[in-house]
Amino acid sequence: MRSAKTLLIAAAALLASVAMPARADVVVYCSADEKMCRGLITAFTRETGIKADMTRQSSGETYARIRAEKDNPRADVWWGGTGDPHLQAAEEGLLAEYKSPLLPKLREWAVRQAELAKFQTVGVYMGALGYGYNSEELARKRLAAPRCWADLLKPEYKGEVQMADPNSSGTAYTMLATLVQLWGEEQAFDYLKKLHRNINDYTKSGAAPAQAAGKGETLVGVAFQHDVVMVALTGRRPLVTVSPCEGTGYEVGSMSLIKGGRNAADARKFYDWALGASAQRIMPEFGSFQVPSNSDVPVPKEAPDLSSIKLINYDFAKYGSSAERRRLLARWTNEVKGAPR
Amino acid sequence: MMPAAARGWSAAFALAVVGLPWYGHEDPFSAFLAGEALPLVFQAGARPWLLPLLLLPAVVQIAVRRDRPRLMVGAAAVALAWLCLQGFAINHRGWTWEWLGALFGGKPTQAAMGWGALLYALAATQLAAVGLARQGWCRGDAFVLGSILLILGAILLFVFWPVMTVLISAVRDNSGNFAPAEFWDKFTDRSIWGLECLSGGGNCGAAWNTLALAVGVGLLSTLLGLAFALVALRTGLRLKGPIRLLSLLPIITPPFVIGLALIIMFGRTGFVTIFLYETFGIPRTRWLYGWPGVALAQLLAFTPIAFLVLVGVLQSVAPSLEEAAGTLRAGRWRTFRTVTWPLIRPGVANAFLIGFIESMADFGNPLMLGGSFNVLSTDIFFAVVGAAQDQGRAAVLGVVLLGFTMAAFTAQRLWVGRARYTTVTGKGDSGVPPPLPLGLRAACYATVLPWLVLTIVVYAIVLSGGFVENIGRDHTPTWKHFLIAFGIDHGVGGWFLSGSAWNSFITTMWLSALSMPLTAALGLITAWLLARQEFRGRGAFEFLTMMSFAIPGTVIGVSYILAFNTPPVELTGTGMILVLAFMFRNMPVGIRAGIASLSQIDKSLDEASLTLGARSWRTFRLVILPILRPAIIAAMVYSFVRAVTSVSAVIFLTTAEYQLATVYIVGRAEMSEYGVALAYSAVLIAVMVGALMLIRLLVGEQRIGRRAANTSETAPVGLAAS
Repeated sequence: MRSAKTLLIAAAALLASVAMPARADVVVYCSADEKMCRGLITAFTRETGIKADMTRQSSGETYARIRAEKDNPRADVWWGGTGDPHLQAAEEGLLAEYKSPLLPKLREWAVRQAELAKFQTVGVYMGALGYGYNSEELARKRLAAPRCWADLLKPEYKGEVQMADPNSSGTAYTMLATLVQLWGEEQAFDYLKKLHRNINDYTKSGAAPAQAAGKGETLVGVAFQHDVVMVALTGRRPLVTVSPCEGTGYEVGSMSLIKGGRNAADARKFYDWALGASAQRIMPEFGSFQVPSNSDVPVPKEAPDLSSIKLINYDFAKYGSSAERRRLLARWTNEVKGAPR
Repeated sequence: MMPAAARGWSAAFALAVVGLPWYGHEDPFSAFLAGEALPLVFQAGARPWLLPLLLLPAVVQIAVRRDRPRLMVGAAAVALAWLCLQGFAINHRGWTWEWLGALFGGKPTQAAMGWGALLYALAATQLAAVGLARQGWCRGDAFVLGSILLILGAILLFVFWPVMTVLISAVRDNSGNFAPAEFWDKFTDRSIWGLECLSGGGNCGAAWNTLALAVGVGLLSTLLGLAFALVALRTGLRLKGPIRLLSLLPIITPPFVIGLALIIMFGRTGFVTIFLYETFGIPRTRWLYGWPGVALAQLLAFTPIAFLVLVGVLQSVAPSLEEAAGTLRAGRWRTFRTVTWPLIRPGVANAFLIGFIESMADFGNPLMLGGSFNVLSTDIFFAVVGAAQDQGRAAVLGVVLLGFTMAAFTAQRLWVGRARYTTVTGKGDSGVPPPLPLGLRAACYATVLPWLVLTIVVYAIVLSGGFVENIGRDHTPTWKHFLIAFGIDHGVGGWFLSGSAWNSFITTMWLSALSMPLTAALGLITAWLLARQEFRGRGAFEFLTMMSFAIPGTVIGVSYILAFNTPPVELTGTGMILVLAFMFRNMPVGIRAGIASLSQIDKSLDEASLTLGARSWRTFRLVILPILRPAIIAAMVYSFVRAVTSVSAVIFLTTAEYQLATVYIVGRAEMSEYGVALAYSAVLIAVMVGALMLIRLLVGEQRIGRRAANTSETAPVGLAAS
């Protein structure tokens, strides 16, 4: 038994060595995908010489973490991820106010996001909602390519459409809010009830429908268009992006400073750098094909053509507020999700 | 005269006060230069609330000198109580509760507790144990008392308290106010208890789904595990090696990988589905998404755990009993039914309980394959991080989940009851296990062989998927994915690790290796206390130990942040919090394996050792531990691989410095980069198989003297002590 004892003692000694956290100049919580986050941080350190630490989590996870850490914040900046959790965090007083000198350089929707949150957050990229279909499956079923939201109601799509559950996914909530703004609440719910018959699954994660469509597990997956492009390009799948003809909503990927962060000065440097042209130009290299918020940076060529997308005037103030969200989600759960197929 | 232990611990008590930095600091070196990293003696001047803590070691010294156990216990208890009280009352921002500030005024601050405070708490606990033992508690056994108090303290601190910080939000509304009415609304919600699926339309509530799935998976995995164990130990089939190896594979696999392999096989565009469609015209469906897929994936993952538990139990069944039954003219079937089965029943109950609870706590498979099939663990996760962001609902669901687990736990105890099943006694056993009855053997083969084939195919996909262009679509061999993750480049400064996975790989390996012996030791000592020692509140103690297992990892993760982000105990951002999360989350497996093995070992062995004058620690070390080798191996193996493959509990605890392999893999899979994800998984599996072999080599196999069937040479009789 001597070996077991030695093992125990060695483990206890080693345990002492992991008891201390390391310090960096600035700590970033990143809610985009791993490759994008890693590339962004590396570029920042290379260009400014400031050592940055990055932890990647989905936007919902990051929000939950910042909220749990609010008495002793561990991070300084929160970069990326859909705007709603950023707005929610601003509403709860978890974020710090900052007016970057680069604000005048930003596109209009990015500034609107900042004004909405009393300058506690700002837009860094924008991506339109849409859906993707698997061209191989479409050919196998001998169907015409869908172009509009209304096409998804056709009886031949029964069991072929996948979307996320808006209770768990910000993507699906954006769809719900988009349709309500597009057609009014009654007609939107009428549409969703009809769509319910064609839905094969309400997935938990918003990224799942595009993935499933890429693999051919479903014909159509509702997602942000840049996510569909990402699956098609990096996963090399036969996936076609559709921007619905009736018009569609969008997300504003956001960035915020965390209130009470320990490295406020360096955090502002990161914030200003991330809004600058050099940072926003590198995004397509890492598989992110959204519209950058800095107006000096052109839209990446792989991104869905903006002129072909009919964007609605999305009201983030109303549909981002927790009261309205709760009401719409409750109605969706009661009237749509539980209904028989 | 006080025992030597009392003097030793009282010296440690004094050392904690004068020799070690009292507070913890993120940067100990600069804190030392600034004169902050000082022991308690030097802090107490500026912080008067520390003075009582300074006086108590002196009181203990007096108690030891004058042999006053009662005084010693009292002083130690007051020291512990005051330590906790001042720690919770004053944190880095001042008074924790406003009314205290109003009462005493001022704005005192203090950092989190450091090494001095840790040793202080440890010494106080042990001194209390020594004092109580002197007064005749636990038959005067200080080791037993000390272990109980230590483990109890650790569980209260690292399980009970964090879990409570989360569960308390079940009775709060979203702005944090006390609102018990909301609890009832959320608790009776249709999405939890609905039964629409029975009447034909819609989905059932998450609670019923979870319960049905867990019972099914628990039963089936136990049956499959039993069949495997019987085939491996009681038949002449030369499958023991492969079964043992394959039994390890599923637990060393990140959960989502099995789901991915199943989709590649049975998904709508999976190769099996396409083959059936093109050859037999069987229509392609999405049957995999929902409970069938989740159940299949869980069975693949949890059957090996049931196997590991049952193989240990079956090995310990004394063959002479079965021989005796044979001599008394019982048929093989009757022998199995009346002798073997009752003996393995506690093991079976334990295997079921583990399968049941694992299924309830499983997160990766329902996420990957669940579709619209709601279970509690994923519902809890998305209540915390989803668009609705409702922590209260997560807590309510957590209460439901905890209720189920505890019900299963109680039912298991009722079934196994207090019956005794000891077959490893001090007397040698020279029996030869009889072969299985024919019908049972056929049934075992019929279940084991197809399942083996399925497992092999799943693993062929997992292991090869990282080394082809695009699994399921383009099978040209390539090293591309592997090099992205594990590339090594030659640059100006010599060789360096250029692959993006190295960082997380190295961190994962050594944090898991670190937690392995600690988890196993904690689990086995607890098992020994539960199975062998009588003390008041044992049921409650057992309940507490199972608590962390019953709560889904995500909740544990959030609860660890809530509990350990601010003083008095500040651990977030360190590697220690990950090791602690691994330890307390995986400890129950060590406990169950230990209890199952211990319940078969006759107490007369302990008693013989005690009669010969050995104390309980010596008995534990020299008698119990050697017999428990299989349980030790199982517990170590399991805690290591669980640590390597866990996702949900650590996803909130990882930081830039402490990246973990599973988090990286999930990130890659989310990006559709299955090649890299699978290549990484393959490397992890290879490394873990190597590590397991090494552990087996170091710790060794169980050596209970049993004759092997079909050999004429005499096996060593009795117990081989080491």
